[in-house]
Amino acid sequence: MKITIKLFALLDKYLPDGAHKNQVDITVADDATVMDVIRSINLPQEHCHLVLVDGVYVAPSERETRVLNEGEALAIWPPVAGG
Amino acid sequence: MSWAKRILRVNLTKGTCQEEPLNMDWAQKYLGQRGLATKYLCEEIDPRVDPLSPDNKLIIATGPLTGTAASTGGRWSVITKGALTGAIACSNSGGFFGAELKFAGWDMIIFEGKSPKPVYLLVQDDVAQLVDASGYWGRTVWETEKGLKAEHQDPQLRVASIGQAGEVGVKFAGIVNDLHRAAGRSGVGTVMGSKNLKAVAVRGTKGVQVRDPIAFMKATSEAKAVLAENAVTGEGLPAMGTQVLMNVINECGALPTRNHKDVQFAGASDISAEAMHETRRSDGKANLTRNGACFGCTIGCGRISTIDPTHYTVKDRKQYQMASGGLEYEAAWALGAANGVNDLDALTFANFICNEQGFDPISFGATVGAAMELYEMGVITTKDTGGLELTWGNAETLTTLAELTGRGEGFGAEIGLGSKLLTEKYGHPDLSMSVKGQEFPAYDARGIQGMGLTYATSNRGACHLRGYTVASEVLGIPEKTDPLSSDGKAGLVIAFQDATGAVDSAGICVFTTFAWSMDNIAPQIAAACEGDWSVEKLLEVGERIWNLERKFNMDAGFTGKDDTLPKRLLKDAAKTGPAEGKVNELGKMLPEYYALRGWTPDGVPTNDTLGRLVL
Repeated sequence: MKITIKLFALLDKYLPDGAHKNQVDITVADDATVMDVIRSINLPQEHCHLVLVDGVYVAPSERETRVLNEGEALAIWPPVAGG
Repeated sequence: MSWAKRILRVNLTKGTCQEEPLNMDWAQKYLGQRGLATKYLCEEIDPRVDPLSPDNKLIIATGPLTGTAASTGGRWSVITKGALTGAIACSNSGGFFGAELKFAGWDMIIFEGKSPKPVYLLVQDDVAQLVDASGYWGRTVWETEKGLKAEHQDPQLRVASIGQAGEVGVKFAGIVNDLHRAAGRSGVGTVMGSKNLKAVAVRGTKGVQVRDPIAFMKATSEAKAVLAENAVTGEGLPAMGTQVLMNVINECGALPTRNHKDVQFAGASDISAEAMHETRRSDGKANLTRNGACFGCTIGCGRISTIDPTHYTVKDRKQYQMASGGLEYEAAWALGAANGVNDLDALTFANFICNEQGFDPISFGATVGAAMELYEMGVITTKDTGGLELTWGNAETLTTLAELTGRGEGFGAEIGLGSKLLTEKYGHPDLSMSVKGQEFPAYDARGIQGMGLTYATSNRGACHLRGYTVASEVLGIPEKTDPLSSDGKAGLVIAFQDATGAVDSAGICVFTTFAWSMDNIAPQIAAACEGDWSVEKLLEVGERIWNLERKFNMDAGFTGKDDTLPKRLLKDAAKTGPAEGKVNELGKMLPEYYALRGWTPDGVPTNDTLGRLVL
């Protein structure tokens, strides 16, 4: 199935080929979890501070079990802040 | 020590400058800057005074850590009754001006009365004098600062001034120092302009003494290490700046778009921190030139940017083809998403104009958004705008309005009213996205529930800097809470409000709190200042300040009924994103907030609460 992966701030170097404006559509296994995708792009876990699926936060304890669905967007940031 | 223990009182009506001792009993209760100046203001003016009358006062205040070796110890504030809101106003700035004032040996300057002609205040250590400013009246902030440094042959003179916006009465005019740092909100520059005070120029050579220098160096060094080792303050903020939030908040479905009609903006990525890093084709450079830091800051979140020299805004205007301040997140949102504009260079230009002419990009951008909605409805037409088409996403209209507003010309004079008066004038007050007359910053309260309560109860009108629960609700600092739930948010908002009151009174930047807890801050203050400055006392000071500000507003005529949000946020559900179908649950949070604050169900601090806080 296809999902969209979005990597922001200093993480864009981990984006798979073909990315534009910090995002790219990729094909993953039907039962792929958030952590499966993170591992597949060699993104170090310590950089995965803010992890959102379709805008909803996925806590560290849920990332191994949260199965992605077709068309969902997985967005990840390192520790960031502003205001 | 650490306080200079001296106040400069400037009577603009009489043209006098007098020294008086700082009230040290009050300093122990209110610390400095925001808290201490608010105490002075409350003691010295009638809360019902017209903000633009000579009877209003304007206080420029530093904190005890301003000008010291504490990281970010360059903050200063302007406290007055706000021209935009009619409420207590406290607008905080960085740069180098505040530290210079402290070096000159002054904790604060109290301006009273109104000068019969334009003047500026020149402070050179102990010597203060009012000087004729007729040659600077009608000139921009940038011209004024450059001119004063040249006139006094002192490139290290630090200047805080108003631009034309403050002179012509733009309701959200600010005071700009060091070219692009600003006490921007609530119309503090409008008050300064009403007093015929163009600028304050300061040169100080005396330094700042702390109570225990060895303990202070130890405390500040340890605290700096915390900032350096923290991923947000040590890496994220210097690299990406506050603008990193553009994509975060958009993904969360909390980016107010087109006057809060929507909560997500398709053009967000075009105006984000990531976009500021992209190399452009015209000159091979990026919008972001470098980061910048205020006095003593070891974070360096500031953005210094350059507009594409081929862009329509600057291609024939070389004076704007330089590197200058911005974009920061709140400005980029207000100038961009709030109006549907996704042209990064146009936003950068509009932000330059806000700095050059001295007005708040948040209130300006949000007011343009309200005007664009009225235009879409046919309530405002090109007959009103002088031919300008206020269509959503129209970058040229935005930049034109920025220039007109700064000079108070054409339809810019109406934008300069702020969204509350503008929408009232055109018969649609519900379209002002504001609280107590001040426009929202860049977080939609349907997608971040706690921010709705923060906005509604903010003493200076809608503001993110009075209780930044975004840190917890979105960013997970200090711990993650659910932005879509209103449960527990009353207590969270209070905790942020009280802690921020203490930080804003210390002379340091609230951004340190992305890494520092009060346990990191208290030892620095304790080493610098006489008295007991435990965490508990600092939080008590924060609560005292909050209640004092509240009391001022109630005496000025505000009531609990003003602790509310526009109908759009309470009745119209978010259309997309995680918050789809949700409104802000203020009605649930507010009673809990009042109870936890020790206020009556009508939002009035009880006598017990006032007594406990020695108010």
